[in-house]
Amino acid sequence: MKSFTYERATTPTEAAAGAARNPGARFIAGGTNLLDLMKLEIETPRHLIDVNDLSLDTIAPTPEGGLRIGALVRNTDLAADARVRRDYGVLSRALLAGASGQLRNKATTAGNLLQRTRCPYFYDTNQPCNKRRPGSGCAALDGYSRSLAVVGASEACIATYPGDMAVAMRVLDAKVETVKPDGATRAIPIAEFYRAPGDTPHLETTLTTGELITAVTLPQPVGGKQIYRKVRDRASYAFALVSVAAIVQPDGSGRVTVGGVAHKPWRIESAEARLRDGAKPVTDALLANARTTKDNAFKLPLVERTLAAVLAEARA
Amino acid sequence: MKFDTPATTNPIDRLKVVGQPLDRIDGPLKVTGTARYAYEQHDVAPNQAYGHVVGAAIAKGRIVAMDLAAARQAPGVLTIVTAETAGKLDKGDYNTAKLLGGPEIEHYHQAVALVVAETFEQARAAAQLVVVRYAETKGAFDLGAAKDGAPDAPSEDESPTQTAVGDFDKALAAAAVTLDQSYSTPDQSHAMMEPHASVAHWESDKLTLWTSNQMIAWTVGDLAKTLRIPKENVRLVSPFIGGGFGGKLFLRSDAVLAALGARAARRPVKVALQRPLIFNNTTHRPATIQRIRIGATADGKITAIGHESWSGDLKEGQPELATQQTKLLYAGANRMTSLKLAVLDLPEGNAMRAPGEAPGLMALEIAMDEMAEKLKLDPVAFRILNDTQVDPEKPKVAFSQRHLVECLRQGAERFGWDKRSVKPGTTRDGKWLVGMGVAAAFRGNLVMKSGARVTLGTDGVVTVFSDMTDIGTGSYTIMAQTAAEMMGLPIDKVKVELGDSTFPASAGSGGQWGANSATSGVYAACVKLREAVVQKLGFNSADAVFEDGAVKAGNRAVPLTQAVGDGAITVEDTIEFGDLDKTYSQATFGGHFVEVGVDAATGEVRLRRMLAVCSAGRILNPKSARSQVIGAMTMGAGAALMEHLVVDKRRGFFVNHDLAGYEVPVHADIPHQEVVFLDETDPMSSPMKAKGVGELGICGVGAAIANAIYNATGIRMRDYPITLDKLIDRLPAVA
Repeated sequence: MKSFTYERATTPTEAAAGAARNPGARFIAGGTNLLDLMKLEIETPRHLIDVNDLSLDTIAPTPEGGLRIGALVRNTDLAADARVRRDYGVLSRALLAGASGQLRNKATTAGNLLQRTRCPYFYDTNQPCNKRRPGSGCAALDGYSRSLAVVGASEACIATYPGDMAVAMRVLDAKVETVKPDGATRAIPIAEFYRAPGDTPHLETTLTTGELITAVTLPQPVGGKQIYRKVRDRASYAFALVSVAAIVQPDGSGRVTVGGVAHKPWRIESAEARLRDGAKPVTDALLANARTTKDNAFKLPLVERTLAAVLAEARA
Repeated sequence: MKFDTPATTNPIDRLKVVGQPLDRIDGPLKVTGTARYAYEQHDVAPNQAYGHVVGAAIAKGRIVAMDLAAARQAPGVLTIVTAETAGKLDKGDYNTAKLLGGPEIEHYHQAVALVVAETFEQARAAAQLVVVRYAETKGAFDLGAAKDGAPDAPSEDESPTQTAVGDFDKALAAAAVTLDQSYSTPDQSHAMMEPHASVAHWESDKLTLWTSNQMIAWTVGDLAKTLRIPKENVRLVSPFIGGGFGGKLFLRSDAVLAALGARAARRPVKVALQRPLIFNNTTHRPATIQRIRIGATADGKITAIGHESWSGDLKEGQPELATQQTKLLYAGANRMTSLKLAVLDLPEGNAMRAPGEAPGLMALEIAMDEMAEKLKLDPVAFRILNDTQVDPEKPKVAFSQRHLVECLRQGAERFGWDKRSVKPGTTRDGKWLVGMGVAAAFRGNLVMKSGARVTLGTDGVVTVFSDMTDIGTGSYTIMAQTAAEMMGLPIDKVKVELGDSTFPASAGSGGQWGANSATSGVYAACVKLREAVVQKLGFNSADAVFEDGAVKAGNRAVPLTQAVGDGAITVEDTIEFGDLDKTYSQATFGGHFVEVGVDAATGEVRLRRMLAVCSAGRILNPKSARSQVIGAMTMGAGAALMEHLVVDKRRGFFVNHDLAGYEVPVHADIPHQEVVFLDETDPMSSPMKAKGVGELGICGVGAAIANAIYNATGIRMRDYPITLDKLIDRLPAVA
């Protein structure tokens, strides 16, 4: 870990401005991902801005009938919130499928959105990795890629988005509220929050320099059966091989987002039109441009079969 | 004491303390965080500095240049140790690769430098400033590719790597029913919770090392040899070990580097291997490719059995002994085994819990399941039919005890084996395809010379001193139970001090020999102590009975404390084993029964029930023995379903080198586990009449799971770990 300077911010705008003033600054809240990466010197921030004092830790109704989740609401608290459990079951289930109890106590809503995409070679500083060292090459493409992306990836990077919470937020059409260093605010639809790796895999989101997440808003509840199915090698505390977040209405229509297959939660709205026809046409549309390796080709049938099981469960 | 004739009745047979399910005596220390592990020895030596290890970035080649300037100037840095600065070092007898590499690099993450600084954080930061330039050379990393040219593995004295009895080829060709299949097991990591860690402290030319090690005497020898100093100048202290599983049998780089760092920094230095380094820097269980051929008569009698296994290691390394159990487990007049060893430039392979049998049975016991199916025999019945009471390679040598049949019969009854559907893929419970599997468990019973010193104090408390280690197994407790039984004392009148090389050399912890051998050492010392007490109190030793804190004979009863009225009595002895382990074949046996559910849509395998029935001589403490077996069953489940060091065959290293990438079972993976011990004693094994269980528990579990998956799905898996990607294209359509 490299030495860094540290401050505790007291207002969101001040935090954002501080980040803009200090090139190489990072915000820190729970630190469950950032600190690991700093110990390995994969992340080497020169300045840390602790945002834990920003009072962004409440969940409140919005005038539109939705829910506004403060950036600092811990995963445990969000999963347990009665309104979330009642109206956004898929989110509660996704959160509880992630990490461990200890990590969920610490991890925040904004921090969870910002966890880095994962790849074993990204974690080994001896290996080439375009995400860690732009231009150094990708060791994963022809290497061990079982857990890596099958769709939306590039020649430069096939890392996967590892989280569960954002998969549910994507299916719920959440928006990410931010404040910029000049105090301007905006709401980014989660569909536009993550960038495709392209040839700049080190840039993972559309946030601009210093921009700070203040909240995530959920629109009015949409009802339906809300299912989060995470498929993994062991029964707990493991990243998804694939996951499916689904909201299925009584008439068979619905929404689907898939985790574990791309650099971001993977949803294609047009594919959902085929939900009444079963898992295959939806999967075919979702993964039409898939490019697999020998190691991760199993994810294609796995997505289809998992989605089929989810749809059967929704009908039951 | 020499143990060379079968044990007769002795004070242990009273079973007032031995054989009781007592809580472990070190339990309160552990649950209150006061058991001091190596890295927590903060106050044993003042002014401790911190070392951080730099691992090689390539698998094979040479260091061309090291630039230490930036690291040397970093805040807090005291010294940097490299092969260039360390002075001449030898290599330990138990090491294959050097523990401090350079200029030659033998494997990925081989240590190339230790950066020593005032704080851990400073050492870590500075370590990342060390710049090493390498010249990489091509290596061999792919066992599958190296297999065909691999020569016979060199034979050790008593265990030839190539064996043949009768005419295997002819018998196989003539057999009514035959099997010829290949199986594979991957490289695995011990993944123990406590990392390898050491604190080194020099006082002039004498070194004390607080460390985490299973085999104190071996490691004293190898540390002295590596540093080229006399053994007498090395003291090792390892009272508590947070898991070893074979990964801490030997001297490793944390110990050598702590010693070198402390010498260079002229202060005590502590070093823990950082987790991402452990997988490639230390030893691992080598991958195997195995071929098994079995021939049988139409009614199921095995007439030919052949087992070949290929593994790889660094030059001058050793094979994984995966054919070991096949020499002894089933009858059959014509047999062969063969171990081949390829040279691979991966990190060095070595023992991991039940080396040989664990991966060997993962293959053999699937083969037996396949054979039973071909013969249309129940898998339990097929195994029972081919039981043998003598060593099939040496029919004149009988097993000292062999209750495999009882284990299988009792297990089948308890588990409800009769409810298993014979036709695979036909039992359904909601979304789960359900199946049952069985496998035999087998692990040799090794015995090792083991010493102990015992003191009867003036307060009537007996203290046992031995360099034996407790790797979480319960050594403290069973050694205390042994002394208590021998001296007629309750367990709270016995203290046990372990893991210090200034104490008598013991068997150490490995190969499941520790419990039986180390308690036998305590037995031997206590026989001497009893004699000393009897002499002192004027009893006739033949009549004296030690009970209730007193020595009794006829109407006379004298408290033990009277023997120490004029000072404590201290005696020492060592149990040495004769050749009863050669005149008899000694082993432990068991039956593993498993029920699995396979998610019909995703192929996720989840365990539903596990049962082990074990035949392992006298069980010294049913509680700690059960803990050993359920832990081993859990590790067997990991081996079956998830554990896999993934080799990058281009770059020559284990890629998933952290605990996020190398998955071991979590609580949610493990269902109810039942363990049954047959009530037996083995007078050939030792005066304790006990054997080991810590490795028996893992042997066969993987195959029982694989067989249960077959029963659940009809999909025969022969390559571990059995992950859903290997099942997915053969599962039934999702409704």
